[in-house]
Amino acid sequence: MASVGSPGGSEFEVVVRLKPEVLDPEARAIQETLTRIGYEGVKAVQVSKRYILTVDDQSGQGASLAEAVAREFLANPVSETFQVRKL
Amino acid sequence: MNFWQIRSQRPSKSESCNAMKRFTSTGAPRIGLIDFPGSNCDRDCLDAFSRHFGIKLQAVWHSERTLPKLDAVLLPGGFSYGDYLRSGALAAHSPIMVAVKNFVANGGPALGICNGFQILTESHLLPGALLRNQSRKFICKQVDLLAGSGGSVYGRSLAGRRLRMPIAHGEGRYFIDDDGLRRLQDHGQVAFRYVDQSGAASAEANPNGTRDNIAGIVSENGRVLGLMPHPERATDLLVGGSADGLAILESFLSSFM
Repeated sequence: MASVGSPGGSEFEVVVRLKPEVLDPEARAIQETLTRIGYEGVKAVQVSKRYILTVDDQSGQGASLAEAVAREFLANPVSETFQVRKL
Repeated sequence: MNFWQIRSQRPSKSESCNAMKRFTSTGAPRIGLIDFPGSNCDRDCLDAFSRHFGIKLQAVWHSERTLPKLDAVLLPGGFSYGDYLRSGALAAHSPIMVAVKNFVANGGPALGICNGFQILTESHLLPGALLRNQSRKFICKQVDLLAGSGGSVYGRSLAGRRLRMPIAHGEGRYFIDDDGLRRLQDHGQVAFRYVDQSGAASAEANPNGTRDNIAGIVSENGRVLGLMPHPERATDLLVGGSADGLAILESFLSSFM
């Protein structure tokens, strides 16, 4: 099993965010504050969580592993979506 | 001596006069209390079941891989694993939950309160998800609930009843998509709704932005109940002014007795 920084470990970014139809009170608070302090030009705010996974990619399976981790654990399919990309 | 042995040596509390069912130690149901790091309503549950029903809950630590022989499982409130990732998400993947899922898959009854409800949804034992309160605030107050009708033991025994008990959560906003909500409604799976003093599930009575004022739901087979309010904290008029939680705990017992 590769550890962080070991040979064969590749970094994958997983970004998890709420689905557009799900209210995000934190994002709303940020946007309301932006409007109040003069940044009326900001029309929408989304808050996401970003995970950096260092995974064993020697056999080229890193992307599918990161994808599986995102789908089964890091994101809740009921309320969230995710994107995975190699860094 | 471990923590639980020390607990069991606590002096017993005086008997309650409003106990509705009591059991002898040999005839008592076997209920497992699943304990996670960060569970903090486990003791309230122990006390409520012991004092009012004469039932000694059997604590099961999250790292166990098997359940003892049980009639039902209870997942208490708290902040399991610090609510990291999402509330209940890490607990849902703890070793004991494999056994809990098998237990429920075989028709075993389960009750999840607050964080226990969150763990049940994250484990996919109940549909939907519990998200950050719309107000962004942790809400701790008494609420009024209206029990829904339906084929579950809760629907049959409590339908139409108004119950008063506390909520205490930051992430209790029940979310499910439109199709899922319709399924819950059509199958009589909405166990409790937040209501106002007139008994209406109004926007004013909705404390956290939850869909359809939902406070608790049951599984399709009616054997698993998850709810955000705390029935175990409403079992004595001297504490909080309501003992309405006993009705829910009694229904839970009725689901396997």
